[in-house]
Amino acid sequence: MPEPLLRVRDVRKAFGGVRAVDGVSFDLARGEIRALIGPNGAGKSTFFNILAGQLRADGGAVAYRGEQILGLAPYVIWRRGVSRTFQITATFATLSALENVRVARLSHTGDSRMLRRPADGLEVERSLALLEQVGLADQAVRPAGVLAYGDLKKLELAIALANDPELLLLDEPTAGMAPAERGALMALTASIARERTLTVLFTEHDMDVVFAIAGRIMVLHQGRVIADGAPDEVRADPEVQAVYLGEEAWTT
Amino acid sequence: MSPSLILIQLLSGLAHAMVLFLIASGLSLIFGVTRIVNFAHGSFYMLAAYLTYTLTATLPLGVAAFYVAVPLAAASVGLAGLGVEVVLLRRVYRAPELYQLLLTFALVLVIADGVKFFWGSENLTGPAAPGLAGSVPVAGQLFPTYDLALIALGPLVAAALWWLFYRTRWGVLIRAATQDREMVAVLGVDQARLFTSVFVLGSFLAGLGGALQVPRQALTNVMDTSIITEAFVVVVVGGMGSVPGALLAAVVIGVIDAFGVLVLPRASLVMMFVVMAVILIVRPWGLLGRPPAQPRTAGGAIVTASALRVPRPWMAAVVALLIVVPPVLPTFHVWVLVEILAFALFAASLHLLMGTGGMVSFGHAASFGLGAYGAALCVTWAKAPMLVALAAAPLAAAVCAALYGYFCVRLSSIYFAMLTLAFAQIAFAIVHQWYDVTGGDNGLLGIWPAPWLAGPLAYYYLALASCGGGIALLALVERAPFGLTLRAARDHAPRAETVGINIRLHQWLAFIVAGFFGGLAGGTFVFLKGSVFPDYLAVPMSVEPLVMVLLGGVQALAGAPVGAAVYKLLDTVATRYTDYWQLVLGAILILLVLVFPRGILGVVGDRRRA
Amino acid sequence: MMLELRQVHAYYGRSHVLYGVDLAAREGEVVSLLGRNGAGKTTTLKSIVGLVDVTGGEILYEGRSLRGLRTHEISRLGIGLVPEDRRIFGDLTVVENLRVGERPGGGWTVERVFGLFPKLRELGGQRGASLSGGEQQMLTIARTLMTNPRLLLLDEPSEGLAPVVVRALAENIAALKGSGLTILLSEQNVKFARRLADRAYIIEKGQIRFEGSFGHLDANESLRRAYLSV
Repeated sequence: MPEPLLRVRDVRKAFGGVRAVDGVSFDLARGEIRALIGPNGAGKSTFFNILAGQLRADGGAVAYRGEQILGLAPYVIWRRGVSRTFQITATFATLSALENVRVARLSHTGDSRMLRRPADGLEVERSLALLEQVGLADQAVRPAGVLAYGDLKKLELAIALANDPELLLLDEPTAGMAPAERGALMALTASIARERTLTVLFTEHDMDVVFAIAGRIMVLHQGRVIADGAPDEVRADPEVQAVYLGEEAWTT
Repeated sequence: MSPSLILIQLLSGLAHAMVLFLIASGLSLIFGVTRIVNFAHGSFYMLAAYLTYTLTATLPLGVAAFYVAVPLAAASVGLAGLGVEVVLLRRVYRAPELYQLLLTFALVLVIADGVKFFWGSENLTGPAAPGLAGSVPVAGQLFPTYDLALIALGPLVAAALWWLFYRTRWGVLIRAATQDREMVAVLGVDQARLFTSVFVLGSFLAGLGGALQVPRQALTNVMDTSIITEAFVVVVVGGMGSVPGALLAAVVIGVIDAFGVLVLPRASLVMMFVVMAVILIVRPWGLLGRPPAQPRTAGGAIVTASALRVPRPWMAAVVALLIVVPPVLPTFHVWVLVEILAFALFAASLHLLMGTGGMVSFGHAASFGLGAYGAALCVTWAKAPMLVALAAAPLAAAVCAALYGYFCVRLSSIYFAMLTLAFAQIAFAIVHQWYDVTGGDNGLLGIWPAPWLAGPLAYYYLALASCGGGIALLALVERAPFGLTLRAARDHAPRAETVGINIRLHQWLAFIVAGFFGGLAGGTFVFLKGSVFPDYLAVPMSVEPLVMVLLGGVQALAGAPVGAAVYKLLDTVATRYTDYWQLVLGAILILLVLVFPRGILGVVGDRRRA
Repeated sequence: MMLELRQVHAYYGRSHVLYGVDLAAREGEVVSLLGRNGAGKTTTLKSIVGLVDVTGGEILYEGRSLRGLRTHEISRLGIGLVPEDRRIFGDLTVVENLRVGERPGGGWTVERVFGLFPKLRELGGQRGASLSGGEQQMLTIARTLMTNPRLLLLDEPSEGLAPVVVRALAENIAALKGSGLTILLSEQNVKFARRLADRAYIIEKGQIRFEGSFGHLDANESLRRAYLSV
């Protein structure tokens, strides 16, 4: 069995007395597209923030390509090839769409402290290509602050792809989008992932989206993984049903 | 030191601490609930002191006059606070922090000139408090009776505040609103009225502090700025928004002040800033403060619009005029132009920090002054040639910026600003009190350019080369990937970190670059004036470039020189026609914040687009 | 109708969340708003009390439009929101938390609230931050009751609570229902909602997809699968 791209072991995080992430372990194989779902407060966002370095875990281990990344600064994790998007769109509002991508590209090429040349002429083709790929080329010169919400989500994806990542973490990639646009964005994401043989871990509320593109689904409840398997298995899992419909409280 | 002397110093420190507590608790309270950092708080204090002076003299109540005047003055100032909150502050609760600061700073200027207008600029000696005028023996030494009374009053006021906060529903609402304003509204409480009442109470406390200070010190036109700096130190050390923190910090600062004078008389000015710097470095939220929910980065959302580009032909025209016109100008105007050039570079260097980097510095005077002193010290002590000394200016400033910037970029917005202020004040105190080397407040004189550069035109072209060149280099820095990355970190720090950017490193480098060019401006300025004084490092020198950047328009580097030119011209013209330049400046600032928050370039840009 | 939403569109920040929500509640009724997270339940409740930008449609309370009113004014009309994230004032004691919402002459007093939640009486002097999740949930409901609401908006009260706590909470809410309070109950937990509500709406992607009885919902497996379960 080949070594997994990401190996997560017993990751834990508590806030006060609440165990937000309570011993999560799993492996992620290269090229996989996996969804992480669960009711509100299940610990999905906390877990994502731990993976990407925004939060410090209380314990556990995360190996990416065999190297420990738990506890590293977010910028170091990104440089290793792990990229992420945010639940509430996070873009650089006063920068144009092209500059948004350019910033990330320049960081990837190690030129973010360069002084001798204007940024305008740098990384133009690669940045435009990324915008092209997510369908934003016609918005390249507009500031992110005035883009429509759906376009911001696409821009986030373009920024996240700028370091040619191997692992993409998407935190609710379609949250806040118009329902009609969600499927299209996720189809695009999936096709880019296949084209680049990316590994994707994403959280999502929209079940249509989850079942349309996830190869495997993991269910988190009160900080623990309660199910992990193919979509049909998860759908048929009585425990998952109980959690989603709140039956556990009355079964005892 | 004898035990009785220690006791006396302790007591006088405590007396001062009680006045500080009154002022700082109001300041902290206002910040805690409304998130407004109120610079005008010290002005309310001064206003109440002058009112007490006049009321005591005019109320026909004999010995009781003073005791009626104190609450009356405090209440009047509370009422003034009501007016200010309703008419001005309500409009800016949702504006970026910087604009709120500027608005209250404008009030400082307006009130200062108002006091000057009504009471004159001579120092006034207030009345003694009847019945408490003399001294009493304490451990064999004489101690002012009034100070003892203050020490007794302090705990009473603290107890009254405690009762208000913990035993009344209003206090419950205030404490709730400090934590979650929106939830308070969901529970049916009108925030607007709550904010107003807090501002009135805070202003009243400042007024009470000022009124009670009258028998202790002479009334001066500068008592507003001296108390506000100290009050800020107390609030920041105690933790912004925490009234118990303000009490603790007031005692710490008051006592340290009192003993500082005794132990290290020459370092007395600097002590409290050293304390603040150390506390901020060790406990970035102050003694009893709590960290804000937002991530900790030095930047903030000051610039909310995309960058403006000034058309190239315009720039070329301006440069051409700057080269061609001076030979035909009268000498006086050439000198004014040199001064404008120096300030244009100074403001532009601040723009890199606050515009591009989103880091508002209250202590950028440090770079200007350290550059000026760097050059002057080279000339005075190393007998360095003028051009060598000029080159040393930016280097000295950059090295110092590297040192203190390392600590500053670790703090978030308002704490960042306060730590830059602390370091600037420390630098100020060092040059002010290290007589042997810096000449203290006599400054260093005779720092003239080399003979071949001493003529107005020759020096003008040198200044054009150094400052114009400096601005051009800054423009390159801002347009380079480094500048773009800084803007990205300013717009969204967590996003920037997750695209591989080490934000602190970038901010630190920006701090050093800004220091370098601020120093170059200071160096150019020192050879223009031929002398250097501690004033170059003082608070007004930090405020001027801030105003210039905003006046010109914070969205573009070009705003800085435009703002510097307009500001200096206004200054030159207005001081010729009026003694109330601060009033004019204050009015301009209020207009800027309320009507033209995007500055001159913003207004021009909007016109052109429309 | 006590509450009526007609074609409400709302934004959360810059994101369009509600796409024409229609919903109504009669006086004394408990109506449940079901849906998965992200479906628009919280935004619907927040739109009623003016915490999000309503860009279209109409929100009527006893026939009077709420649009344009400020949050505290809406609260004073008798609408009490119990937020999903509870938002207890952590530095305040339990009693002080209650007093924030206190309003004279309307019926709910600290004593009466303690009658409903005896546990809170024991905790009276403790800081809000030290309470457990279930205790915080009781406190946040109690605090809103102090404003004397006639319409209570409960946002996912069962979320994150242990089963035994959920059952106790259901009894508390049932008691409130018994006192005649009108309740709009947003829930993911269908079993919990069924115990309390007279009828249900299902919201999905910012629109109401079902309106009817729980019996109807039970009979329709595909409906549950499509909008509530996985």
